[in-house]
Amino acid sequence: MPDIVVKTEDVVKEYRMGSNVLRALDGINIEILRGEYISLMGPSGSGKSTLFNMIGALDRPTKGQVYIDGQNMSNLSQRQIAAFRCHRVGYIFQSYNLLNVRTAHGNVTLPMIFAGIPDKDRNKKAEELLDKVGLGDRMYHLPDELSGGQRQRVAIARALANDPSIILADEPTANLDTITGREIIDLIKQLNTEDGVTVISATHDLKMLDVSDRIVDIRDGLVERIRNRDEIEIEVGDVGGE
Amino acid sequence: MDQRTSIEEQIDLPFVESLKISFQSLKIRFGRSIITTAGITLGIAFLVSVWANNEIDLALQESGRSSAITNLDEASEQGISTKDIWLIIMSLIVCVVGIANSMLMAVTERFREIGTMKCLGALDGFVVRLFLLESGFQGFAGALIGALIGTLGAVLLGLKNYGMDLFFYFPLFPANPENGSFQVGVLLLILIGCFLGMILAIVGSSFPAWRAAKLPPAEAMRTEV
Ligand SMILES: Nc1ncnc2c1ncn2[C@@H]1O[C@H](COP(=O)(O)OP(=O)(O)O)[C@@H](O)[C@H]1O
Ligand SMILES: [Mg+2]
Repeated sequence: MPDIVVKTEDVVKEYRMGSNVLRALDGINIEILRGEYISLMGPSGSGKSTLFNMIGALDRPTKGQVYIDGQNMSNLSQRQIAAFRCHRVGYIFQSYNLLNVRTAHGNVTLPMIFAGIPDKDRNKKAEELLDKVGLGDRMYHLPDELSGGQRQRVAIARALANDPSIILADEPTANLDTITGREIIDLIKQLNTEDGVTVISATHDLKMLDVSDRIVDIRDGLVERIRNRDEIEIEVGDVGGE
Repeated sequence: MDQRTSIEEQIDLPFVESLKISFQSLKIRFGRSIITTAGITLGIAFLVSVWANNEIDLALQESGRSSAITNLDEASEQGISTKDIWLIIMSLIVCVVGIANSMLMAVTERFREIGTMKCLGALDGFVVRLFLLESGFQGFAGALIGALIGTLGAVLLGLKNYGMDLFFYFPLFPANPENGSFQVGVLLLILIGCFLGMILAIVGSSFPAWRAAKLPPAEAMRTEV
């Protein structure tokens, strides 16, 4: 039996603005397997970030259910949701979302502070993680003193702090140049292949195509189609030629 | 990766951890903290100077009655006047609005930070406690400085009006003269100023922080300032 990590059931999200209702997600059904690298593709405004928020318990669906590891997220208490965000998921955002008042090292330790990990252990782990993402020599710099690519590396190290089983990335390369973006993608892919972390990444970066196991095309809040790796590879040939 | 089937409950942070995080946050955004604190200082300085000035006038008028000093501006009008009460109430309002405003601004520009901390596993209560600690500290420091500045201002004005007599009749302690009005005394006034500044700062920051903490993180992080 396939091991399903994330399952959404008719997920609808509506945003109310005055008397207008905007339906950002219009009934999303997807199943994501453990260890997969999934890309959510679609033009700007198609609902990728909204779906990202639903899967990561950063917002509640208007209708429908999200299951993670078979758990219905709408049945969780506040404390369970906080623990879920702390332990199960690592979030990576387009704009890094580092805390500017904390150093790279301080950003990476924060989720471990919330998890109640003792001082010594978390300091050591933060150093290891920053080493792993190639920032061993920038540990005690503030985010303002780092480049975009370096900040995203800190965010990746922070996302890994509590050994999550899922990495959620919302356009992690959108603010980076092509080469830096490529490095960030390779780093995320490495976590996926070496550590077996499930990666769910919203993107419209075509570089993401060839590392994905499956691509979910989102359009106007609906799943337009789902493509497998073998179907993708043919198209990557075309992309490479552009 | 281990496969946990049921989801555990998030733990509360030890108080020391919260304290460390809040102090670090104040230290690193020192410049911004100073501006917020200055807002509190100004409000309290204004209130305390107006009020202390009034206390000094009362005390000196009182002494004037007993030692026959007659060259007071408002010697005809004994006790606390309606105008003075108005002035104190107005300065109190300016102080409340000023502090509430500077705390609100300081919290609003940190909505994104609040959303991010929640992504990393912060409980709503932790977020509120963080702002409570930071603002309590800023409130106390700002208000103490403000109360001292306000008192100094009132003393200088008193010196100009009454000369050295000020020091003989200085209303340091509470007094309730038989046929005069009750005087709070400058010492108690400084304490009231500190207390008020701290409470206003705490309420002014914890309330918006509590509202931000209750938002889903996605919404808190969307806020652009
Ligand atoms: N908090 C919100 N309030 C109102 N409308 C929103 C909100 N978030 C997203 N939307 C709208 O929902 C639609 C989908 O947005 P989003 O999920 O951010 O798309 P994408 O990430 O694919 O660019 C867009 O039309 C966007 O304007
Ligand atoms: Mg988006």
